[in-house]
Amino acid sequence: MKKRFRPGEFLIERSIQGVAFISLLFICLIFVFVFREAVPLFTGKADVVTAHEEVGAAETYGEDASAPLPQAQQELEQKHVPFRAAALTAKDWQPVSLEPKYGLWPLLVGSLKVTFIALLLAGPIGIFAALYTSTFAPKWAREGMKPVIEILAGFPSVVVGFFALVVLASILQNLFGFQYRLNAFTGGVAMALAVVPIVYTVSEDALAAVPKALTEASLALGATRWETALFIVLPAATPGIFAAMILGFGRAFGETMIVLMATGNAALLTPSLTDPVRTLSATIGAEMAEVVFGDIHYRVLFFIGALLFIISFSLNAIAEFFVRHRLMKRFKGA
Amino acid sequence: MKIQKISAALLLGALPLFSATTITVKGSDTMVIMAQRWAEAYMADHTDVVIQVTGGGSGTGISALINGATDICDASRPMKSSERESLKMRFSSLGVEVKSAKDGLSVYFNDANPVEGLTMAQLKDIYTGKIKNWKDVGGADAKIVVYGRENNSGTYVFFRDNVLKGEDYVSSMQSLPGTAAVVNAVAKDPLGIGYGGAAYGKGIKFAKINGIAPSAETVKDGTYPLTRYLYMYLRGRPTGEIKKYIDWILSPAGQAVVTKVGYFPVK
Repeated sequence: MKKRFRPGEFLIERSIQGVAFISLLFICLIFVFVFREAVPLFTGKADVVTAHEEVGAAETYGEDASAPLPQAQQELEQKHVPFRAAALTAKDWQPVSLEPKYGLWPLLVGSLKVTFIALLLAGPIGIFAALYTSTFAPKWAREGMKPVIEILAGFPSVVVGFFALVVLASILQNLFGFQYRLNAFTGGVAMALAVVPIVYTVSEDALAAVPKALTEASLALGATRWETALFIVLPAATPGIFAAMILGFGRAFGETMIVLMATGNAALLTPSLTDPVRTLSATIGAEMAEVVFGDIHYRVLFFIGALLFIISFSLNAIAEFFVRHRLMKRFKGA
Repeated sequence: MKIQKISAALLLGALPLFSATTITVKGSDTMVIMAQRWAEAYMADHTDVVIQVTGGGSGTGISALINGATDICDASRPMKSSERESLKMRFSSLGVEVKSAKDGLSVYFNDANPVEGLTMAQLKDIYTGKIKNWKDVGGADAKIVVYGRENNSGTYVFFRDNVLKGEDYVSSMQSLPGTAAVVNAVAKDPLGIGYGGAAYGKGIKFAKINGIAPSAETVKDGTYPLTRYLYMYLRGRPTGEIKKYIDWILSPAGQAVVTKVGYFPVK
């Protein structure tokens, strides 16, 4: 039978297709934009500054000339230091200093510290919760728990951050006697709240996808339910759980609001996990609103953005690879 | 029918809102409470004017003024020549500066801290990281926890230029968004030190600088070393409703609000 051309259907099909491609287009545009703003750093074009001439003072209005400020109020101008890409590997982050320093090490180490602590806490919690709901939980618990944990994922991170700033920081300081109230550890604990749902949902999916035949064979051979869960189901789902951890890492690395509020935002390069830290994402969050458009500082912030973009992009790609290829191949072979 | 009536009523009800002049004010977090009080008091007497006040920091406010996104910019530091240059490029005006209030930039200690005051040199050494322990300035043998403002703040820049004389802040300084956050942090931290406007002062005490406490007299006659003006910037000479508003702020009624909030009048 010959297919009749239906204009209505054709239009609908095309517009749905268009919508799907628009999101793809957006990603590409964001990608291009972020990189385009960062690239002049390395081509040397960011250095072109208009020579500062003395522009004269602003007019004043409604002033009482008989009451000048007794202490001379100083106002210093930033020195212009030619930018070199090597400056990004310095040990100080002082972008609004008179001699700006754009070292990214303290920020990178700060991000890694918080992410590490968050994963250390959220990993086991998320994985074991997933193991429980996928293998042991009675139906009612399973149906109750999943949505609740997923609600946690939709919890506004600013609320988590606020909670950490006001409540959690004091509790942890009293508990462990930290020198600094806001520090990487406090930020990491708060971040764990945001990471648990991701680790949980992805591992839950992986564990639930383990073929029933494996579980049944194990039980038939006389293994207990615990033994089956720990030594058969969990190992079978390892690639999926690995992917869950990677996605959790990506979430923690890019999260802004929680770290901005709970980590103290001091760009310190120390090994201690209980010192305040400033993360890459929080730096963008705190400084982007103020920065002079087209300035070196502005471009460095975009470079940080590009860095975060690349990191999250590659982490997602790795996670996808583990789920698609390793996990599914393993189950098909089983 | 009914819906039409309702929407007509809504339209009529909304009309005064649209006919009112809107003045936008943006900038310094140090000044935001005062700016809100000014706006409330002014709007109570002038129902035909709507004044919208937002904070964000002096730098943010000045950027907004340069981008044309605000009518008035509050700033706790004078505009830099590079900023005046940008303004000149876009609006061929160097801006108009209104000194709207005076502030004694205060250094905060926790209530439990036995130290009463610091010299300017000690303050500089603490914030540049040369002094790290309270015992070096007459306190307990414990590490100093340094709090400051984020680098988009006018207070951050004023402090850098006038206390640190252009040197860098110690990198262990925890930067917090807004003076209220600094006060809150120092109030919760017995070893903390912070700085900010005089108007914020719950749960903390003000340090004497060079032996002088910030008060109405010492700020007024300028003997308090960290006295500064709080500015309002406009793109051009004020006209119309904006002029009326600025004149009111500089009038005794407006300056009374300044005192009530905890800052000091300009005159």
